Amino acid sequence: MHVVFLIAALVSIAAVALICVFLFVNGIPAIKEIGFGNFTLGEIWKPTNGYFGILPFILGSIYVTAGALIIGVPIGLLTAIYLAKFCPDNLYKIIKPFINLMAGIPSVVYGFFGMCVLVPMVRSIFGVNGNTMLTASVLLGMMILPTIISVSETSIRAVPDKYYQGALALGATHERSVFKTVVPAAKSGVMAAVILGVGRAVGETMAVIMVAGNQVHMPDGILRGVRTLTTNIVMEMGYATDLHRQALIATGVVLFVFILIINLLFSIIKRKTVA
Amino acid sequence: MAESVEGIKTVVSCGDDRSKNTIISTKKIAPEDDPASNVDVDKIEAINKRSWSEKLAEYKKKPGSLILFILVHLATLITVLSIGFLLVYVLVKGIPNLNADIFSWEYTSDNCSLVPALINTVYMTLLSLLIAGPIGIFAAIYLVEYAKTGNKLVGVVRITAETLTGIPSIVYGLFGMLFFTNACGLRLSLISGALTLSIMVLPVIMRTTEEALMAVPKSYREGSFGLGAGRLRTVFKVVLPSAVPGILSGIILATGRIVGETAALIYTAGSVAKMATSLTDSTRTLAVHMYLLSKEGLHTDQGYATAVVLLVLVVLINFASDKIAGKVAADKAN
Repeated sequence: MHVVFLIAALVSIAAVALICVFLFVNGIPAIKEIGFGNFTLGEIWKPTNGYFGILPFILGSIYVTAGALIIGVPIGLLTAIYLAKFCPDNLYKIIKPFINLMAGIPSVVYGFFGMCVLVPMVRSIFGVNGNTMLTASVLLGMMILPTIISVSETSIRAVPDKYYQGALALGATHERSVFKTVVPAAKSGVMAAVILGVGRAVGETMAVIMVAGNQVHMPDGILRGVRTLTTNIVMEMGYATDLHRQALIATGVVLFVFILIINLLFSIIKRKTVA
Repeated sequence: MAESVEGIKTVVSCGDDRSKNTIISTKKIAPEDDPASNVDVDKIEAINKRSWSEKLAEYKKKPGSLILFILVHLATLITVLSIGFLLVYVLVKGIPNLNADIFSWEYTSDNCSLVPALINTVYMTLLSLLIAGPIGIFAAIYLVEYAKTGNKLVGVVRITAETLTGIPSIVYGLFGMLFFTNACGLRLSLISGALTLSIMVLPVIMRTTEEALMAVPKSYREGSFGLGAGRLRTVFKVVLPSAVPGILSGIILATGRIVGETAALIYTAGSVAKMATSLTDSTRTLAVHMYLLSKEGLHTDQGYATAVVLLVLVVLINFASDKIAGKVAADKAN
C-alpha cells in the first residue's frame, strides 16, 4: 500500500509536468513561427491575414486587473479590518457566511449579473455601449473581494493582541491603534491577499467575456471595449485551425507564464511571513 | 487588617473576550481576608464602556479616527450590499421564471430545459470526485502518515499542489483539450471533462485531507501501534475515521468548484444539450448551459431561472461545507 500512496502523491507532480509540457510543446512552435517580438509586442491581431500580435490582450488583461484592484483592494481591506476589529460577534456570524458564499458563486452567475445589471447601468450613466473596460473592472473587483477579505482578515487576526493593547494604552484611539499598529504588522498577509486577487483577476474568463465587449484593438480608454488573454482563447478556439489555433495555445502559454510568476511571488511572500 | 482592605480598588481583567478586554472595578469589597472570593458582583461596573454621546465627543476631537471609522463601515456596507443585491436581483428575476417548461425532461430550443444539464452536472461531479477523491486522500495519507520528516518529496508535492491551485480554469481547459480530448483520443466527452476537473480539484481535496489528518492527535496512532496494529491498519481503522468530517468538507468544497466551472469544460466536455448516456458522450453542465444561454441573448428569462438553480445549489453546498467545518472546529475545541 505504501507504493499506492506514493503514486497518488506523485500525481500532482505529474499533472504540473504534463500541463507544462503540453502547453509549451503546442505553443512554442507558433511563437517561433510568428516571432517572439511580433507575437508579444504586435499590436494587430488578424488571424486571417497572418497578423498574430497579442499586445492588445496583454495590455487588456493588465488594465482590467489594475481596475479590479483599484476597486477591490481598498474595499476588501477595509472590510477585512471591520470584520477583524470592529464587528460585533453576532453581526459577524451573519456577514461572514455571506462572504464565504460570495467566494462560491460561479463566475457565470457573476457574468450574467454583470450583463444584466452593470452593462445597462454603465450604458445609461455614460451614454456608451455598456460592454467596457470599466464594467469588467467593476465586476472583477467584486469577484476578488472575498479572496482579499478572507486572506487579509486571517493575517490581521494573527497579529498578537499586545500590539493593539499597547497602542491603546499609549492613548491612541481604537482606529489609530488598528490602522497604525495592527494593519502594518499584517502587511505581508495583505500583500499575499492582493497577489491572490491579481491571480484570480488575470485568470478570470467567463465573467469578463460576458461584459468586456471583446473587441480586437489596442485598449483605448476605460469606456471602450477590451479583450483579455483569457477571453481571446475562449472566443476563437471554437473555430480556429492550424497556426491560428497554435497562436491561441501560445496565448495560453503567455497567460500561464504570467500566472506562474504571480504564484512564485505569492509563495515567496508566504515563506517570508512564516519565517 | 480588615479596615485597610476596605476601600481598595481592585481591577480585574477578564481575558476571555479578545476583542474588547473588559476592565471592571469594584468600588468596595467585602472586608474578608480573601478579597478575590468576595467580589460583590452587583457593584461591578465596566469602566471602559462608553455611551454613544461620549464616543461622539471623542470622535469630534479626533476627526482622523472618525473618518477611518466611517470608511471601514462604508466598505463593509458596500461589500454586503453588492452580494445582497446580486442574490436578491437574481432570485427576484429568476423565481417567476421557474416554470414547468424549464424542468421538462428533454431539451428543445423552445423550452431551454435545464434538466439534462442538471443531470450531466451530477454525472460530472460524481465522476470527477471518484477520480480526484481517492488520489487526493491517498496523496495526503502519504504526506502525513508515511513520508518521513525531512523528505524532499513532500516539499515538491506541496509546491506543485500550490501551483495547481493558482492555475486559472481556462488553462486547465486548454490542457484538457490538448491532452485528454486530442492526445488521449477521448474527444469532447464526459470523461475528458471529468478528468480535467479532477486535476483542478485535486489540490483542494489534498490540502483539506492533509489538514484533517494532521489534526488527529498523535496519541490515537500511538495507542493503535501499542495494541499491535500495523501502519496501514492504523491509518484505515483509527486515523481516517476520525478525520472524516474534515475530508468531507474538502470534498464538498470541490463539489462547489465543479458545479460552477465553465471555462475548463467548454473545450473538453463540449456543449451538447442532451443527457449523457455513456462516458464518451459530449455533454454540457449547468454552468456551461447558462453561459451558452446568455451568449445567445435570446433566452434571458431562462437564463435567470438557470441562475437561480445554480445559486441554490451553490448555497446548499456552501452551507453543508460550513456546517461540517464548524462541527470539526467545535470537536477540536472539546
